Amino acid sequence: MFKLEKRPQQSQKWIYLSPFLAVLITMISGGILFAALGENPFEAIRIIFWDPLFDPNFASYSRPQLLVKAGPLILIAIGLSFGFKAGVWNIGAEGQYILGAIFGASVALAFYPMESKFIFPLMIIAGALGGFLWGLIPALLKAKLNTNEILVSLMLVYVAESILASVSQGLLKNPDGYGFPGSRNLQNYESAANVEIIANSGMHWGVLFAFITVIVSYIILTKHIQGFNIQLTGQAPRASKFAGVNPTANIVFCLGISGALAGLAGMFEVSGPSGQITIEFNSGYGFTAIIVAFLGRLHPIGIFLSGLLIALTYIGGELAQLMLGLPGASIQLFQGMLLFFLLATDLFANYKVKIGADN
Amino acid sequence: MIKKLLEINGISKTYPGVIANSDISFDINSGEVHALLGENGAGKSTLVKIIYGLVKPDSGNLLLNGVPFKPVTPSEARKAGIAMVFQHFSLFEALSVAENISLGMDNPPNQRDLGKKIKSVSESYGLPLDPAKTVGELSVGERQRVEIIRCLLQNPKLLVMDEPTSVLTPQEVDILFKTLLKLRSEGTSILYISHKLEEIRKLCDTATILRLGKKVDTCTPEKTSTKKLAEMMVGSTIKAPEKLNKPAGQVMLNVDNICCVSKSQFGTSLTNVTFDLRQGEILGIGGVAGNGQDELFAVLSGEQFSQHGSISFNEINITKFNPNQRRKIGLLSAPEERLGHAAAPNMSLIENTLITAENSQNLVSLGFIDWKKSKAFAEKVIKKFDVRTPGSQNTARSLSGGNLQKFVIGREILQNPSVFIVNQPTWGVDAAAASSIRQALLTLSENGAAILVISQDLDELLEISDQFAALNGGALSRIEKTADLSMEQIGLMMGGAKDLEARNV
Repeated sequence: MFKLEKRPQQSQKWIYLSPFLAVLITMISGGILFAALGENPFEAIRIIFWDPLFDPNFASYSRPQLLVKAGPLILIAIGLSFGFKAGVWNIGAEGQYILGAIFGASVALAFYPMESKFIFPLMIIAGALGGFLWGLIPALLKAKLNTNEILVSLMLVYVAESILASVSQGLLKNPDGYGFPGSRNLQNYESAANVEIIANSGMHWGVLFAFITVIVSYIILTKHIQGFNIQLTGQAPRASKFAGVNPTANIVFCLGISGALAGLAGMFEVSGPSGQITIEFNSGYGFTAIIVAFLGRLHPIGIFLSGLLIALTYIGGELAQLMLGLPGASIQLFQGMLLFFLLATDLFANYKVKIGADN
Repeated sequence: MIKKLLEINGISKTYPGVIANSDISFDINSGEVHALLGENGAGKSTLVKIIYGLVKPDSGNLLLNGVPFKPVTPSEARKAGIAMVFQHFSLFEALSVAENISLGMDNPPNQRDLGKKIKSVSESYGLPLDPAKTVGELSVGERQRVEIIRCLLQNPKLLVMDEPTSVLTPQEVDILFKTLLKLRSEGTSILYISHKLEEIRKLCDTATILRLGKKVDTCTPEKTSTKKLAEMMVGSTIKAPEKLNKPAGQVMLNVDNICCVSKSQFGTSLTNVTFDLRQGEILGIGGVAGNGQDELFAVLSGEQFSQHGSISFNEINITKFNPNQRRKIGLLSAPEERLGHAAAPNMSLIENTLITAENSQNLVSLGFIDWKKSKAFAEKVIKKFDVRTPGSQNTARSLSGGNLQKFVIGREILQNPSVFIVNQPTWGVDAAAASSIRQALLTLSENGAAILVISQDLDELLEISDQFAALNGGALSRIEKTADLSMEQIGLMMGGAKDLEARNV
């Protein structure tokens, strides 16, 4: 029979190997699922993972989409990774994303139709501020009243969604929109539009910000004392207190930075790919980013790669819907399986498997 | 005539990466007190767990009264007449003594009969105990009595005791020894596990010494010198630290009437703790575990603030200084728990220097970490304090207890503290490392630092401290010159004198 034996030290090899194994098992399980649905599993897997990038008919459309989808995921996941390393669990990035979008769009709509090069930078600041403030609520409640940040941040997502529904039908509603809910389209407002920096690449300002964030967070985590303190707090809370790290400041930093980055992602989305505030503006990036952060081992470079991979499952999933008529939920299923198998394969990092051991 | 009670033949047990027991053989005779002597990690606990049916050996066998004996569960071992008192008690604080004892029995009688039985057994062995009392109200020594009486009610042929005196005051130790000798005279064998050599010489008929999982020797402790026993246990000669007599200087740390509510549910709050700590002086704080040691350390290191009273460092009021602010002015501290408190287990030794040496060694400038300097400092500590590790890149948890402790103490000492607070400096550390840590503390004090050592190891405090005080229930006894104190006086200080006089009647 099988027997698990605890390793004296986490296996570094398996830490890096398990994400790849998880992707492989996800593909196999997905294939079995597609076969059960009566599709050719190899074709389905090819359509999801290969065609978006290399099929001559789809690649020209799909490749830019890869960056459009990966940008917000990476931006949010990097923010979350700070907190996750410190043992501060922000599950409410989705809400912070919505508030960032509302703040950013509000600034733009307040200036409409004035044209100025200061409007877009102002929107960036407002977007980050919106997410930051929304993240500050669970932070302060945790620091002062010792509430559970997982529950508070998650519940605040539903509050944020209600605010979104309210403003898209009221405060921010397009006066020229024939009574339909939703704001003006910012893509049509030059000073507020988040345009592609390189045409047809999908590379908009938000993607650039995401890339810069990857580099900056890498530097913070490896070279800066704040990054060290975050990791120390997560690994050994007593040692961090002994080292003089202020626990309140640490919680506020972690939830604040993840909120601000999620808010930025929301702002770049509303002024770019989405264009307007609508009731269905948010599409679950804030939740999917949790998978991205863990699949990337909370490491900036890893998050960069896993962000691209998860973006691919979005695009490939859409393509599979189109080509094979697969249900839309199959993308979420895929992403869920990825996290599930990652957590499962992480077992190998902490345990050795012995086969045929004694009873 | 000598009769063999338990024969241990070639017992071996391997855990992943560790050989706990390797081919251990010896006999325990009827009616003898047999010592099992060895350092932490020598394999004593594993061997005892095998005898008590908690662990299955990889090879070897046991003979009880000449019959093969393979206990698979503790209850089988109990049926065969083996009883064990663990170092860590397994008692429910909210239940009474009698209820706790009946929970551990295979066929408990009703509470009233059991109560009577507990009373008669406890009195006949000189361990007075009220069966109706709630365990939560008992002292540590009394809790141990509950465990012992639980064993005695089974009429054991072999009683195993794992480090029984580590939680007792000297007076309580004397009472325990009387009980054990009475048991021996009735024909019960006792397997006595300890690393305290004087105790073993006083009490035991035979001693088996283990080192690194192997049996080193069996000897008669009475006829063997303490030094010889220690050398057999450690495998090399140990140099006792040298202590110079020097006059104490000016007051460096003044603690005035500190009261502090414990943050932990089972902690002990500090009440009106007052003392002065002088340059060049080592003040030893003794006491049985759980009498406010952790709270005193936290208040002095700055991890917790007192509600009442004040702390001054060289006439600066530091009552509300956090640990880092205290470090900046020269007050350093080393906590008891190495992994997770003094050091982060999964971080390298280089990273672990940053926990306390960030400011004094200028390891960080403008927020950025100077990894080169951190590495150099880590390597300096490793070299100066003889920390055995393949390199500074290794994680803290990969080091043995003694080596990590040398690193932790060295990290602070090399920052030249003017006041150094240390809790249990040699807890769970091998004898050679313990001796070098004590020497380092003595050298630091000779160079003028004021040192406060909190420890449960009385021998250690007697060896290095100039002044001695004891914590009892969160209150500090009067402070006495260590050299003027007898063991008995120390015991009275630890027990909070009036309490003990009543119990000894």
